[in-house]
Amino acid sequence: MPPELPSFLARFPAGSVVPQTGAGAPVDQETWVVRREVLLDLCRELHASRETRFDLLLEIFGMDYPEREQRFEAVYHLYSIPNGRRLRLKVPLAASDPTLPSVIPVWKAADWFEREAFDMFGLVFDGHPNLRRILTHEAFQGHALRKDYDAAKRWILTEDKIWQPRLEAPERGDSMFERMTINLGPSHPATHGTFRIVALVDGEEIVASEIEIGYLHRCMEKMSETHTWQQVIPYTDRLNYCSSFINNVGYCRSVEQLLGIEVPPRAVWARTILSEFSRIMDHVVANGSTLVDCGALTNFWYFYQCREEIYGLLESLCGARLTVSACRIGGLLADLPPDFVERSRRLLETIPPLISDVETLIDKNRIFLDRAVGVAAINGEEAVNWGYTGPCLRASGVGLDARKAHPYDLYDTVEWEVPVLRGGDVYDRYRLRMLEIRQSLSIIRQLLDRGVPEGPFVIDDPHVALPPKDACYNQMESMIYHFKLIMDGIQVPPGENYGFVEGANGELGFYCVSDGSGKPYRVRVRPPCFPIFSSFPTLIRGHGVSDVVATLGGLNVIAGELER
Amino acid sequence: MEVQGESWLTTKLDAFADWAQKNSFWPLPFGTACCAIEFMSTVSSHYDMARFGYEVVRFSPRQSDLMIVAGTITDKMAPVLKKIYDQMPDPKWVVSMGACACSGGFYRAYHVMQGIDEIIPVDVYVPGCPPSPEGLMYGILQVKEKVDRDRRALRRSKKNRKPKHAA
Repeated sequence: MPPELPSFLARFPAGSVVPQTGAGAPVDQETWVVRREVLLDLCRELHASRETRFDLLLEIFGMDYPEREQRFEAVYHLYSIPNGRRLRLKVPLAASDPTLPSVIPVWKAADWFEREAFDMFGLVFDGHPNLRRILTHEAFQGHALRKDYDAAKRWILTEDKIWQPRLEAPERGDSMFERMTINLGPSHPATHGTFRIVALVDGEEIVASEIEIGYLHRCMEKMSETHTWQQVIPYTDRLNYCSSFINNVGYCRSVEQLLGIEVPPRAVWARTILSEFSRIMDHVVANGSTLVDCGALTNFWYFYQCREEIYGLLESLCGARLTVSACRIGGLLADLPPDFVERSRRLLETIPPLISDVETLIDKNRIFLDRAVGVAAINGEEAVNWGYTGPCLRASGVGLDARKAHPYDLYDTVEWEVPVLRGGDVYDRYRLRMLEIRQSLSIIRQLLDRGVPEGPFVIDDPHVALPPKDACYNQMESMIYHFKLIMDGIQVPPGENYGFVEGANGELGFYCVSDGSGKPYRVRVRPPCFPIFSSFPTLIRGHGVSDVVATLGGLNVIAGELER
Repeated sequence: MEVQGESWLTTKLDAFADWAQKNSFWPLPFGTACCAIEFMSTVSSHYDMARFGYEVVRFSPRQSDLMIVAGTITDKMAPVLKKIYDQMPDPKWVVSMGACACSGGFYRAYHVMQGIDEIIPVDVYVPGCPPSPEGLMYGILQVKEKVDRDRRALRRSKKNRKPKHAA
């Protein structure tokens, strides 16, 4: 059923906004094809109008269809928090003139996404204040995600070409200090990976800063296009490597929706439990590293003990600790180990004391409170405009959680709450994660009490899932299916689908496009920490350099996912 | 009086220095990606790398003698890695942790360096994606042996060379 169109559309010229309906239209969400001339006006209306109120810009990215007359396409994913509604805008662009207006005046989140689309596809956003490459390096030539770009074509960056920022901020006249530009990263103990922050400091205070990312751009999206659908699963592990399992689930769900298949209950049950365990793992790393950066090393060891315990459980399922690849399209990689429930129950007993120990040490700790309360605070409205999702948004007072707003798997069958705090500062982000860990434990406990559902762990469809090993060896037909699946991959019907899960640091989306060949035409990842990190210069303005260090861990920016 | 080769005192001093060095590396974790998380596991309470004398993890290249490259190195990161390696004082060793650092791993792509040995020398390669903490420990213990072996070989070559110069 097509949702009714907002009344303000009548004001736009005929044919400039065309909702896609009928055969061939995407079925996953409402899609409008928009002419670029009206894009900015339409976005303003969509954002401001009471009917629509699309306050959250999830992502902007490019598409390349070389055989089409209008070769490029800019795609916008919008979300309305009050209405819980999603909308996709597609703006076709000719290869000769791929320019379109920037939507930064409407959503600040657009800043980095537009730079990315420029870097990867060469789309030019008119009015963007700083349209330069973001993921690839300065010596790079061409646009990597265009279909005619060779996936292995490298360019060598030499030291003389490295970007040197020029930061400017108005003089205040009263300053008694000399201004100085300092550089943090990309190899710095407090940057947890590979970010470079260049800050202009006035004494201790940061007056302007700029961030350079892309030091871990591993071309995951391009790699997906050169592999079969199943082979993409290991690449998804390495997005947010602190909680690989959730990424697996997100990707598999998106492809399953495209295939139109149902996952057996046993697999859904296990996916929900392991996703929650992964969320705990992720939260403890985010909080642990925040605390380490503030000088509280002990907690990190406590937290890491949790992780080691959970690693054990994952290892018993799939043999890997960190990069698990435990999901398969249509289910799981293998059946659950016989002691799965018992082990999980043991974890439910070992984790809470470790968490409580940290809470006792930290929650009312004067030193931590001084470092964290009121630092890098952002209010709910701003956070939404910057494209925040996940714990960072919920710490700012907006209770958006995809598990509650659009329940998937078993989240609507268990009792749990979405914790929301209002401060939006470093301390609340830390507290919120602690509260979420408790909720996750409660979800797991309820599911374990239900017992393991009987049945297969993966869908019984030889066109999607590999037949059992023993059948492959003994039956001709199964062997052929096995051969076809390994050599040609799953034949996903043509179409497009945006599948999402609530990742550990926000909404993690996978936009999959299939052209009917055995390989993805495009796998686009919506990285939750990308828009969050783009707001970092705003967050730290006016704070000291030591606050930068205290803030970064709590935002939970994971380079693998940020830069893909 | 002319001393032939090296005196008893200096050889023993060398041996003592080697012994100290190989048992108390100061590693510099150059962590970029997933492998860095496993590196964290290795130094954390459960695996506790300090047992082997790798207690002092230093983030400053000036203070460290063992670089552990944990994670993918992209072309954008390459000049940084090279610079940091150059800043480390001699003698220094490099462990390449994980498939990406060793060979680019499964990222045969436009922005990924196909192994850090394109730009810096590597002493020990630890395979895995990521390697388990046991794997990393084994790799680091290999460095220890290598220190021993290399130094002995170096001394031997010195000894062999000396008489030639004298003659």
